[in-house]
Amino acid sequence: MSLTHAVKEHKERRKKDNNAVMTMVIKKSKPSPVIHQSRLGTDELFMAIDPDTKQLLCYEERGEHPRGAISLENSLLADNPSISLHNDKQDCYIDICSQEVLSLFTDNFDYQHLRRHFVKGLLVDDIMGYKIFTHEIHSSYAARIDNYRSYDTISKDIIQRWTYPFVPDVRFSANCTTKLEREGMYKAPEIQQSRSAHIGPFTVIGKGTRIGDDSRITHSVIGEGCTIGSNVSIVGSYIWNNVTIEDGCELRHAIVCDGVIIKAAATLEPGVVLSFKVVIGREFVVPAYSKVSLFQQPTAQDSDEELEYADSSSGAIDPSIADAGNKLNGDIVSESSQIQDWSTSQLGPGGAGFIWSACDGGCEEEWRHSVAPIPTDQLAKALLAIEEDSEIVKVSDSALTPSGELEPGSDDDDSDNMDDSNVDTVDFEKEAEATFLRAAQDNIAVDDLILEMNSLRLSYNKSAGDCTGALFYPMMKLALESPHNTAVELQKNVASVVSKWHKLFEVLAKEVDDQIELIMKFEEMCLESTKEFAPIFSQILYLLYEREIIGEEAILRWDDERKDADESDRVFVKQSEKFIQWLREADEEED
Amino acid sequence: MPDVQALVNEFLNKLKKRKIEGSQATAKQTAELLRSVISQQRVPRTNQAGALIDAVRAIGEQLIVANPIELAVGNIVRRVLHIIREEDLSLTTAAVAELNLSTVSDDDDDGGGGDQDDRPVLSAAAVAAAARNTLRPPSLQMLLEGAPDFVAVPRSSSSGGDSEGKSKSMDRNSRTRKLKHDIIEAVNELIQDITTCHELIAEQAVEHIHQNEVILTLGSSKTVLEFLCAAKEKKRSFRVFVAEGAPRYQGHLLAKELVARGLQTTLITDSAVFAMISRVNMVIVGSHAVMANGGVIAPVGMNMVALAAQKHAVPFVVLAGSHKVILVYIGASTCRGPMLCPLYPHNPEVLLNELRSPSELLDFGEFSDCLDFGSGDGSPLLHVVNPTFDYVPPKAVSLFITDTGGHNPSYMYRLIADYYSADDLVVQRRHAAGN
Repeated sequence: MSLTHAVKEHKERRKKDNNAVMTMVIKKSKPSPVIHQSRLGTDELFMAIDPDTKQLLCYEERGEHPRGAISLENSLLADNPSISLHNDKQDCYIDICSQEVLSLFTDNFDYQHLRRHFVKGLLVDDIMGYKIFTHEIHSSYAARIDNYRSYDTISKDIIQRWTYPFVPDVRFSANCTTKLEREGMYKAPEIQQSRSAHIGPFTVIGKGTRIGDDSRITHSVIGEGCTIGSNVSIVGSYIWNNVTIEDGCELRHAIVCDGVIIKAAATLEPGVVLSFKVVIGREFVVPAYSKVSLFQQPTAQDSDEELEYADSSSGAIDPSIADAGNKLNGDIVSESSQIQDWSTSQLGPGGAGFIWSACDGGCEEEWRHSVAPIPTDQLAKALLAIEEDSEIVKVSDSALTPSGELEPGSDDDDSDNMDDSNVDTVDFEKEAEATFLRAAQDNIAVDDLILEMNSLRLSYNKSAGDCTGALFYPMMKLALESPHNTAVELQKNVASVVSKWHKLFEVLAKEVDDQIELIMKFEEMCLESTKEFAPIFSQILYLLYEREIIGEEAILRWDDERKDADESDRVFVKQSEKFIQWLREADEEED
Repeated sequence: MPDVQALVNEFLNKLKKRKIEGSQATAKQTAELLRSVISQQRVPRTNQAGALIDAVRAIGEQLIVANPIELAVGNIVRRVLHIIREEDLSLTTAAVAELNLSTVSDDDDDGGGGDQDDRPVLSAAAVAAAARNTLRPPSLQMLLEGAPDFVAVPRSSSSGGDSEGKSKSMDRNSRTRKLKHDIIEAVNELIQDITTCHELIAEQAVEHIHQNEVILTLGSSKTVLEFLCAAKEKKRSFRVFVAEGAPRYQGHLLAKELVARGLQTTLITDSAVFAMISRVNMVIVGSHAVMANGGVIAPVGMNMVALAAQKHAVPFVVLAGSHKVILVYIGASTCRGPMLCPLYPHNPEVLLNELRSPSELLDFGEFSDCLDFGSGDGSPLLHVVNPTFDYVPPKAVSLFITDTGGHNPSYMYRLIADYYSADDLVVQRRHAAGN
């Protein structure tokens, strides 16, 4: 890509806003929906961008949020009129920075990862107010190689000419002309190719390479000066310079570095990486995703450090390769002695090198970043996981939908209140009972009790009806508790209690509805808790009527309501039939 | 020399990065570069022309390899080589004549005014004579005479001049300067020709475009624009159909330009060309390069237009500045004759096509999921091909209009013989084979 435009944009923005310290180049590229990683083998990336100013507001990698959920700060939504969220952007790792960025790095020497620490640090830090902006490129191409998968993907993009004019048949520094032939075959001059050899589409073959009879090469890159024997099959592999591959070998999706010798009939399974000058013995099968180097794998601690280093540094493809390359220069002398030791090597007869066991990441993740395409069983597994996920989502969705259709918030609140009110009612009744009993014992004046009950009622947000119900129960209980032998005595007790507290009910149970509530409560009590009152129900009802706690109307309406009820419910209505009859007659007389 | 090398490197870089577009610009810059190379080249006392040719050829090779698709570069290098040879030849024959003259009249001092006056006459005559022998390779006469070694002629004569003695050193010195001066003059003329070829071609517009005609063109070409505008200026009223020229859509720009100049313009898609061709009186197009056999390398889609024109018997006219685009093409190594080499348009190696970035066709982001190398067997099912050029066979072309007038496609090889020296063709072939 051409940086001129991005740099110009950055400078202009910088003139207007002194806090715009960085411009990040991004490119649209869809992540795989199945395994949630980009084409380049990196984790899926979420970005929040202000669509107008192109300011970067949020930068999250999926690896940190395994369930695919990201959280946005409320202030983001509050401060910006519009935000667009993307998961189809690819970070090109090209940043245009102002001088301030350098000082930021000196201030925060603990930044180890450019994206994870530095960018997030800038985004989160409000004090300095530094801003990061994005520049999206469309027709040009930019990408970063940081694992084997991106090495593979970008190589293939180059072969498919997305990076034009930076393609193999345009010469830049090499001194040979590569010609592009049909089906994306790039061939340098001086290739010795057997007539029976078959070279398939999308291959690059370097200068001076020899290819033997009946060899088949497809989708591969082969460097300069390689010697490939007969009956060799190479698919999707990257073979660097001066590699010797003897007859009958099979290579699938492997990276083979400079100077490697693969002896006859050996096989490289998908994802293999062979470091510099490794020798693979005859008929040896290198297992999938293994890495082979001339050097022994460092101890676990070392590799940890190296891994971290590789993470924080932006360039190195893999510590093993870089390491081996560096050490090789110095260690050529010792190498010759080492080769002698390798007579009984792990790599078959005549092989040289050590197989590195998978790094701490575990081999399950190995396929994600390998050169080889994702194996079908892993894809199937990932698909299955997605289906499960979506089922879970569906279930939770269906659970939510009824409330979701209405206003979810208010509905939730209502149900909460229901729960609360149940608890409240019990509390309230207890409280009211305790208050009443205390008043009865301490002989508190009725007016004071009314005041107390009112405040209690208000604090629990109850109606007057609830209040009377709650008071009537302890009142009757009080009457019950005072010593009595016969129903008549009990009736007297009740009469005395009621006469003492009737004023309470006069105030609290003014409404007809409240009075009906009271009757019903009494009815309930007679049936359940205090069955002693059952025989004298009508007498007490009359008493209450006499004391004007319950009005004539309330009794009549109670009677009306009970008319349609079951026989069992009508017990007390029948019992007080005479009284009701009398009331009705009195009513008519008045009329 | 260092600044020359710097200039060359800069130009090479531009060519490699495909920063220069259009054969005219490339041709002009190449000629200017070679001019500075010649002017700064230190010329030895003996065999100056040979030294200059070697220097130009060395740089020319670099330039051609840098962008083998831009054929104008090679053409200009060959033109300049041809100019050097021509000038050298004229000077040598003049010197030989002068030598004869001096042997006749011994008292004549060198570098006299009369000598100067004589030289052009002599040189012109010598050129005419020498050209008959050497510059027309396909001529029957040459074949019958058994092809005298072209390079040997100046060499032997200059060595003859060497053996003539030190008395003539002053003369040679002035000749050296004279040679360089003449060559630079000639290259300047070439540059002038390149810049004015549009106008020369456009001058002929009135002869070809008639009243109320409908002209169809594809893509954008400066030559075509100038051609049409020249006809417009001469009060011809006609209409132009412009095919947009996907995927680069330069036809849009051409339409804009034409409208700005007051021409009635209709813009159509490339795929509508066949439908519209029956209403068209003439197709006028530009070209990237013209092959020795009269075939044309032109922007993609041109062959389709040519075939449509052929089907409806509409004249298909190609505008080509003879300096910049006429190509001496040495194709496959199997081809023996330097001219009229058989072309195999199906073989991109011979055709020298350029496949540009697929991003001109479609948006990478939208299709990135189709290009996932991580699934399946590692190769995506989608492959985007974006060729730049088309090959139009000579039989589809009705007429070439160059700055020297209209020509039949079958006459092209003849024109080439006028502009390029056969020796350089051979050089280029050896170069191609040696690489």
